[in-house]
Amino acid sequence: MSNDSTGKTLTVAFVLCIICSIVVSTAAVVLKPLQLENKLLDKKQNILAAAGLLKVGESVDESFKNIDVKIVERSSGNYLASTPALEGWEKAILANPEAYDQRKAAKTIGQFAPVGAGKDIASIRKQAKYATVYHARNDAGEVEAIILPVHGYGLWSTLYGFIALETDLSTVVGMGFYEHAETPGLGGEVDNPKWKGLWPSKQVFDADGVLKIEVIKGSVTSATPDSQHKIDGLAGATLTSRGVSNLVNFWLGKDGFGPYLAKLKAEGV
Amino acid sequence: MSETKKVLFGPVVDTNPIALQILGICSALAVTSNLNTTLTMCIALTLVTAFSSFFISVIRNQIPSSIRIIVQMAIIASLVIVVDQFLKAYAYSVSKSLSVFVGLIITNCIVMGRAEAYAMKNPPIPSFMDGIGNGLGYSAILIILGVIRELLGSGKLFGMEVLPVVNDGGWYIPNGMLLLPPSAFFLIGLIIWALRSWKPEQVEAAEFKISPNTQVSSH
Repeated sequence: MSNDSTGKTLTVAFVLCIICSIVVSTAAVVLKPLQLENKLLDKKQNILAAAGLLKVGESVDESFKNIDVKIVERSSGNYLASTPALEGWEKAILANPEAYDQRKAAKTIGQFAPVGAGKDIASIRKQAKYATVYHARNDAGEVEAIILPVHGYGLWSTLYGFIALETDLSTVVGMGFYEHAETPGLGGEVDNPKWKGLWPSKQVFDADGVLKIEVIKGSVTSATPDSQHKIDGLAGATLTSRGVSNLVNFWLGKDGFGPYLAKLKAEGV
Repeated sequence: MSETKKVLFGPVVDTNPIALQILGICSALAVTSNLNTTLTMCIALTLVTAFSSFFISVIRNQIPSSIRIIVQMAIIASLVIVVDQFLKAYAYSVSKSLSVFVGLIITNCIVMGRAEAYAMKNPPIPSFMDGIGNGLGYSAILIILGVIRELLGSGKLFGMEVLPVVNDGGWYIPNGMLLLPPSAFFLIGLIIWALRSWKPEQVEAAEFKISPNTQVSSH
């Protein structure tokens, strides 16, 4: 049979596809556990980095021992607690809070709620009913920082990150993104340590408890009014800067972690 | 023996895929701003080129010529996915910074070029060597670019400080342009110039000549 006959062409194509798909799927399946472990480790590292708790010479798992993982019902601000009314998937979260994947939940029917029209300044459309928050403790066991997951749309992509607040619930400890696909060199500068270094010690709320934090266009000087609430915009990345501003405002506002922050304020951390 | 040597080391200087064949420029611009990603990319590309040439050569007598490009692509794409999966499992941070460029090895002209130009006509072992050789040629240029760009662009090599930069209290003012992809164009241009001055036989004959303005057409 000649190589160019129809039968031979179809046979070669079919056999090749089978072999290639077997090779690719074997690699994907065999390596999946390792990849998931890496992802988890990376996430822990990002949480620690946001809170400024990443220590040189200490393993990530070691440092993460000082972090409490808590599951919060977003709309009420209450911690997820064991009650008979819980559904199966909620019980599963409670049994192993560290394994709860908020991002997956935001896509799973029954586990998310749509964000109301007009409120969705971070353009995320739906948010998980339960959110993971992290309490970082110092060596004496006192809570030092509250780390909240945030995400929202920039220019090209959804930015996923964390913001850490001091126990006064207004002073920023740190902010950082672990996943985004903004333009390298422009919007991608959200990863620049220098820019991230502008966040610590900024005040999210003003004295009256009004959400004031904002990424402005241009740079903040000591002459800028309300400079403690403002962060320099990224040069050449107006839309990414606006996205960051919106997503921080969304998640710290009443449609985000507002109820939880109010509860912490009332009851103490 | 000398034939193997020629196949293996010829592409490093004499028929360099980047400097002579001008293939694979896109990734040479994208991943050379620091040496860690550069080296990972070099290793990934060398392995993919070598193994894809090998497998394509093994089945070269069975490939119908009407679908040969698709067959080559399927083999190359599978290998690239496998390499990508391995990187995600064993070098997560590097795979994050290489992001799409590992996937883009699929479209790297060098891999396809060697498959079509060499592996389709030669036995498996020489094809494998040819893949390694071209990978080495690609790597040689990328490493030169990586060293220059990282050293002068951020004062570091492999992320370790070599020239203390002003921002950290040193004396060196880094050249930010070298961190941007276009700088690799200039560097590749200079490398090609140097290479062709050293080996004039690499200079191609001009395809056309511009005639002077004063020439009057004859009737």
